[in-house]
Formats: sequence, C-alpha cells, structure tokens
Amino acid sequence: MKTPAPRNVHVCLRVNGEEQQVSFAPYKTLLEVLREDLNLTGTKHGCELGECGACAVLIDGEPVLSCLVLALECEGRCIETVEGLASGTKLHPLQAAFADRGGSQCGYCTSGMLMTAKALLDHEPNPSRERIKEAIAGNICRCTGYNQIVEAIESAAVELREVGK
Amino acid sequence: MSVANKRLEVVGQVRRRVDGRGKTTGQAYFADDLALPRMVQCKLLRSPMPHAIIESIDVARAAKYPGVHLVLTGKDFPVPFGIMPVSLDEYALAPERVRHVGDPVAAVIARDEQTALEAIELIEVKYRPLPTIASPEEALAHPETRIHDYGEQGNIHRNQAYEFGDVEEALAKSDYVFEDTFFYQGNTHLPMEQQASLAAVEGDGKLTLSTSTQNPHYLHRQLARVLQMPASQIRVIATPNGGGFGGKCDPANHEMVVSKAALLLGRPVKICLTREEVFYQHRGRHPVLMKFRTGVTKDGKLTGMHLQTLLDGGGYGSHGPASTFYTGVLTPVTYDLPRFKFDACRVFTNKPPCGPKRGHGTPQPRFGQEVQLDKIAEKLGLDPAELRLNMVTKPNSLTANWLKIGSTGLAECIRKVVEISGWKEKYKKLPEGRGVGLACSAYMCGAGVSIYWNKMPHSGVQLLLDRSGQVTVLCGATEIGQGSDDVLAAIVAEVLGISTLDVRVLTGDTGLTPIDLGSYSSRVTVMMGNAAMQAAERVRERIAAAAAEQLGTLPERVILSQGRVFAAEDTNKAMSFVEAVALAEAKFGTLGSVGSYSPPKAPGKYKGAGVGPSPAYSFSACVVEAEVDPKTGWITVPKIWIAHDIGRAINPVHVRGQVIGGVYMGLGEALMEEQAFRRLPEKLSNALVHKMPSMLEYKSLTSLDMPEVEVALIEEPDPNCPFGAKEAGQGPLLPVMPAVANAVFDAVGVRIDEVPITPDKVLVALEKKAKGEAPRVGPESFPPVPYPQPTFVLPPWEGGDGDELKSADGKPLRRAKKEIAIL
Repeated sequence: MKTPAPRNVHVCLRVNGEEQQVSFAPYKTLLEVLREDLNLTGTKHGCELGECGACAVLIDGEPVLSCLVLALECEGRCIETVEGLASGTKLHPLQAAFADRGGSQCGYCTSGMLMTAKALLDHEPNPSRERIKEAIAGNICRCTGYNQIVEAIESAAVELREVGK
Repeated sequence: MSVANKRLEVVGQVRRRVDGRGKTTGQAYFADDLALPRMVQCKLLRSPMPHAIIESIDVARAAKYPGVHLVLTGKDFPVPFGIMPVSLDEYALAPERVRHVGDPVAAVIARDEQTALEAIELIEVKYRPLPTIASPEEALAHPETRIHDYGEQGNIHRNQAYEFGDVEEALAKSDYVFEDTFFYQGNTHLPMEQQASLAAVEGDGKLTLSTSTQNPHYLHRQLARVLQMPASQIRVIATPNGGGFGGKCDPANHEMVVSKAALLLGRPVKICLTREEVFYQHRGRHPVLMKFRTGVTKDGKLTGMHLQTLLDGGGYGSHGPASTFYTGVLTPVTYDLPRFKFDACRVFTNKPPCGPKRGHGTPQPRFGQEVQLDKIAEKLGLDPAELRLNMVTKPNSLTANWLKIGSTGLAECIRKVVEISGWKEKYKKLPEGRGVGLACSAYMCGAGVSIYWNKMPHSGVQLLLDRSGQVTVLCGATEIGQGSDDVLAAIVAEVLGISTLDVRVLTGDTGLTPIDLGSYSSRVTVMMGNAAMQAAERVRERIAAAAAEQLGTLPERVILSQGRVFAAEDTNKAMSFVEAVALAEAKFGTLGSVGSYSPPKAPGKYKGAGVGPSPAYSFSACVVEAEVDPKTGWITVPKIWIAHDIGRAINPVHVRGQVIGGVYMGLGEALMEEQAFRRLPEKLSNALVHKMPSMLEYKSLTSLDMPEVEVALIEEPDPNCPFGAKEAGQGPLLPVMPAVANAVFDAVGVRIDEVPITPDKVLVALEKKAKGEAPRVGPESFPPVPYPQPTFVLPPWEGGDGDELKSADGKPLRRAKKEIAIL
C-alpha cells in the first residue's frame, strides 16, 4: 500500500514585495506553488526540466528557473514574478518595449524573458548586444527569432538609464 | 468617400498590438492558466510499444485508488475521428491496437496530477507486439504488416499522380535534364506552450472546452462526432495559443478525453501534456524523399519537371491527404514551368503522426527545387539570381496545374535581396570557407477549399456597436501569436476611423463568434480581413447616413477619421464618433453588422484541383551568408537577408516579426532540428522510440545562434486582399533551408542534399571532395514506388480547359488526341 502523502508545510513567502502565508506539499516546486497555490499564473512552464527558461523568476534579484527550485527553500527570500513588474497600471519599460517592438508574439516565453532581462539591466544598465544575447540564451523563444527581443531590451535599457539620470 | 481611396491611418502604422499589453503582464490566460471550482486532473497512459494489439486492459486497481474519480479506456470511445473526412482513423483512446510509442490507451481522472500519475502506474495492459515499420522503404517492402486496414494498398495511405502536359516529351527536347534526389528530415513545431485543455459542464447543462487549439471550428465538429452530441450543445474556446506552427491544428485525443470525463463526472476536468507527450502528439513536418527530373534550355529556362515524393506519414492520417498534395502543387508557382508532373505517395509508419507544420508539405520540395536550381546555374555558368529573375511567373497568369497567380512581387524581392545583401560582391567572391546562397519561394494566402466540403463562408465577422461608442468585433479566428487579433482590430478601426484601442476583440469561441475555419494555411489576414472589411463597411454606411442628416451633407461625403465624423466639404461640420454611433442607433435601431468571405472559384476543374488554389500568393527571396569550418564541419550563419512580398503590411513591426520568426524556424530546420527515431535493443523490446523527446535533446536555435535578419518588405497591394495585405506567417520560412545549402556550396564546394545540414554531413562531403569523389551527401537512390497512372491535364497554353482528359467511357486518357489538343 502507498505511503501516506506527506503533510503540507506552512511557509511564509515574500512575492513581489508582499508576504504570503502558503501551505503546500513539501515536494512542490516554486513554479507549482506560484501557479497553483498563489494563482500567479503569469509564470509559465515549457518543460519542467530546466530546459526552456519559460519559468524564470528572480530570487533575491538573480534569475532562476522556478521549476528547479523547491518552494520550501524560498522562505524568507525575495521572489519577483512578472506580476510585480508594472507599477499599478504603468508598464515597466521592459514590458512596454516588448509590447511595442515585437518582443512578444505568442507571449508564452515573455514572462521568463522579461524577468531574465530585468536581472540583466538591474546589474548592467548598459549591456552590449552580445551581453543581452548571452543573458537570454537560456530562454527559448519559438516565435520571434530573438531579434526583436534583443531590440526591445536595448530600447528599455536606454529608457531606464534616462529615468535613472 | 470610399474606404479604398482613403488615406490610411491605422493600416501600415507601427502600433502596439492589441494583445501586447496582456502578454507582457502575465494577463494572457493560456489554457493551463485556467482553473475552476471542483476541478479534477487528467493524465493519459501512453503505449510503450510502437505497434501492438491490446489483448487486455485491467483498470481495477487504478479505479479503486484513493482520490481517483474515473478511469477511461478505448471502449468508452467507440467513434473514430480525424481532421480530414477521408482519414477518420484515430480513437481518443486506442480500443484494440496501438500504432506508435505514445499512442494513448487509458486515462485517469483524479483529485490532482500526482494522484492521477500514481494511479496510472496501476493499470495493467497486455500487449501482443506486432512487427514495426520504421521507414517508408520498410512500409513499401512489407505490405503484409498493415498498420491500418484502409488506404490505397499495403501501408500506402495516399497515392497520387498528376501530369500537366507531356513531361517526357518536354524533357527529351531539353538541352539538359538534371536529375537529383533530396531528403528532408522530419521535425516538430516545439511550441513553448504544452497543449492543455479544460472541459466543464456549465450551469446551463452545456459542455465548454477551453483548449490550446488553432482550429476551434474543426475541433467542434469532431467533438460532436466523438461524443455523439449535437454540436449546438458544445462550445469550444480557443485560448491564446502559446505558439502553434501547425501543431495545434488537429483535434487531439486529450481534448476528447477531458470532454467525455467532464460529461460523465459533472465537474471540470483539466489536462496539460508534458513536454514528452507534446513530442508524441507531434503532427509535424513529414520526412520526405524527393526526386526531381528537370529539363532546362541552355539559356536557363525550364522546360518541364517530373517530381516524385515519398512521405513518411507516421501512425495516423492526420492532414496527410492534403500534405501529400502540398509536396507538389505549389512547385510551379515561382517560375515559368511549361509542363509539370508530380507523383506523391504517403505511407504509414509506426511513429507519431506527421501533419501540418509551417509551410505544410511545401518546404520539402522547395528545398529540392531551389538547390537543384543552384546546380543548374552552376552548370550553365549563370548567376543564380539572374537565372531566377529571368523566369519568375507573371502577374495574372495561370500555372501548368491551373493555379491562378494574381499579384507577384517575386522579381522585386530578388532584386531587393540582391541589393541589400551585396550579393554581387559576395557570390563566388568570398574567401574559401565563406559563402552566400540564394533561394526563393511562394506560399498561399489561405487554402481555397475548406477541409470538409461545404458551400458556406470560410470566415465570418460580426460587429456590435452601441451608444457608448464601444465597438466589439467577433470572429472565430484564433490568436496563436501571429497577431490575428491585431489585424482584426486594425481593419475595423481603419474603416470606422477609430483607433485599435477603441475596439474590443473577441475571437476563437464557437459559442459566441461567427465561424472562421481557423489559423492554418496562412488564411487569416486575407479571409478574416475581408470579412471584417465587409462587416465594418456595412455598419459604416449606417453611421454615415445618420451623421449626414445631422451634418447637412450627403452620406457619401461623410468622413470617419481619428474618432471624428465630419463632412468632406467642411470639416467644421463635425461630431465625435460616439455621437455619430448614437445617432445611428436612434435612426436604425440596435447597431450591428456581419460580414463573410468565401475565396474565388479556382480555374482548375480536374479531381484534386481543390488543393493549391488561393486568393493570393506571397513571394520571398532570401540570401544566407555562411561560414564553414573545414576542420569541424561547423556552420555559422552571420547574417540573413530576406525580401518578402507582403502586399501591404497591416502592422510593419509585427510583419517584420513574423518574417524573422519564419527565418528563425527555417534556419533551425536547416541546421539542427530533427524528429529522429531509433530502435531499442532486442532485449529492451526492440521498440521504435523517439531519440530525443525533450527540449534539451531536440536542438533549436538560442539567441546566441540566431543571426541578425535584415528584412525588406515589398508592398504591392493585392486586389483580393484586405487593403492589399498578404500573408507573412509561413512563406518567409521556405527559402531559408535551400539558401543555407547553397551558401555551404559557395563556401566550401560541397552539396548537402539533405536537411538538416549537420557538421558530420559537411565533413563527409569534404572528405569525398578531398578524395576526388563527387562532393555530395544525400540520398543515393529513390525506391520503386507503385504510383498510379497519372491524371492527365493539359496546361492552359496547350488548349486545356482545366479538366482532366477522359475517353468516352470516362477512363483517364494518358495523352490528348491531336484534335482535342487543338481545341
């Protein structure tokens, strides 16, 4: 007979600046807890094996694949998802640039791309085109051919630097 | 003022697409993002055997497992289905036989995915293995091992032959006849979104299925069939597709299963395929072996072509009958070809079924045709660009197989791509190891005939307006990332003189939206767009009539522009769009309109003439630069240039995106993408399994592999298209693969007559070259295929009427009698 299912753990997660009390089975990944227990479905999945980058979120400012992280390990850490990018209804410059410059077609890889790009620009406000391509090399996009994604990130970088001045 | 003469304010402008915002905020809700109260989860048990009889299935232990609500097997689905009426050969769950590894045999519906997965392990299936067919050659050699009990003969699913004019005669009179064989490996769509579906019985007792499908209408019909329910009791909602590329065109097993389960349980049932399952669902590019015999004159004009294709169809019919035609029918669209014969054969094999992938059946022969043209140019000492320019098809002409070409920008595409790529300074002039290759293509803007025979429109659009000024547009077309929602909003906004931000778009819902056949065959811009124009012009007339009374002018002098409605002669006589809509509602009652579109009748009358005709054809020309490392065979592509005949760009930023995206997918197919299989060792069942059903193993281009693509849009508006706009979704993929092969030849002088062009093949060819052998890698022979006697049709310029030639007793004639030919 099957061993009884492990009891849920009760964890306080800090997601997009808000503390969330959440109870979940201990084997669940951060991806699953975000999507299924916190209803933050903006984070997508394309393989659940760490191969595609669709599920990228930021943990303490670093891009990670949320399908490879146990949610249990994230207690007390700062998690950022696509839902936290905009300020109210005002899009983050990366979001606006993706929407305006063809950085998003089907939109499925977009959340992971945006979070990966945000981490890059947070660390390096003026990256070269090659650096941008390197940064998003783990995020597969099957629609755009990447050209317009790279252009959108470059354009957002310019805008963010203007804002920062 | 007529819409046609109006200065365009929306169409042609760079805009944020209407769904752009939601896709960057996580608010585009894909099927797996949906959840409903009391929802339960479904998992499928799939066959580990490539070909076997199911002797028994014992589900008792799974059914009793805690948390399991329902277990379904083949006996719950007695009615077969399939996308094409001539190939209804699939069951939601296999009743008695499995035909490929991954064929679903049972389903468990449980409180959560984990429980369903645990219960699935408890299902005991006894299989009796059958001999397996791994390739078309094996399928032809072993007709006794039948995968299906229908089809032409043995394992031949479809077998076709057409001859347009006497091709042997044309070849005999040619200065040269080139004979080449090519192989195009299969590959898959790899959409980022794994297919997901959520079925629920609503409060009104009707079934709703929300699902990642490109074709909700065809799925709706097949669901009604499988569930044995009136279609009016079923609503299919196509959620935004996280990429489709053709992979979500077929009605799928899991969609039938969750629908049935929701009906039996009375609660919502959801499924999301794993990435591995997406590889088994497949319906991707057919592997195709091709042989071209092409006659040319010494000055580089085509005289005739005999094309033979052999398609590896996989385990089921899918779109196969259409795919088979498409390996031939569009071949004559690019260049003048006086006579054309094509034989095409699709066989069943024990692999996941192939179907439509971006370009559907056309990329394979385009690859062969365009590489062969490069060889012809080489032999005749002609520049490949000039060779092509001298024989492009003419506008408003017919092809040998009776396709009507309307507008064409191919010549301009070739000139443009030659100019921007610096072709003349590079071709044959770059240092050893570097080269450029050129290739062209053409594609349909929508299939002229529906997948099932009917006389109804291919696309319908409804508009609703009210005194608030809101404009809601409804259409069954499906947003799969290609931007169809934005095209719909743009066309309506242009006609009504408002912004796309003022339009609410509701698409892909069989319960609410008028029927559109779906997002396939690059049909949406043209067909939905024309229907939208008609609907918008109808409601515009009413607005203009009501406003004219108030403005003291004539309805035909009323202009709708930038949210204002005014008289042409005096712009001070004006009101807002909202005021004008309110006046129209007062004058005419509740406001709305519908529009519909059916493609023009095609000139071909012979049986089979329905595949290939289109309201318009798009054209592309592409130059690829390649660097080949002679030590490793590694190919680097630093840049690609492409010119695409778009007719008119509805939204240039997104047309450019579609073009680059097509180039990306084509480059992946050219260099690495491969749906490859292997046999497990005898002691491990000898099963024929997918080599790489994961994104790690199935190689696709990353941002680091992808070169810069320079896009030139050639805008020659086509009269059959809305505001002249043609397709961009599929055509630009097609010239990329042959351009890569041709660039490799220019770089290192070897011919790789196979896709993908991988380093190992390049190395083998370089070794052959070093030894003084023919520097080529590709298929060495073409197997004997029992093609039928061809249907013989005279080309338009030989006096044909578009029908096949028959003798008095109705039997096909091989050749025209002289007196008939003169008619």
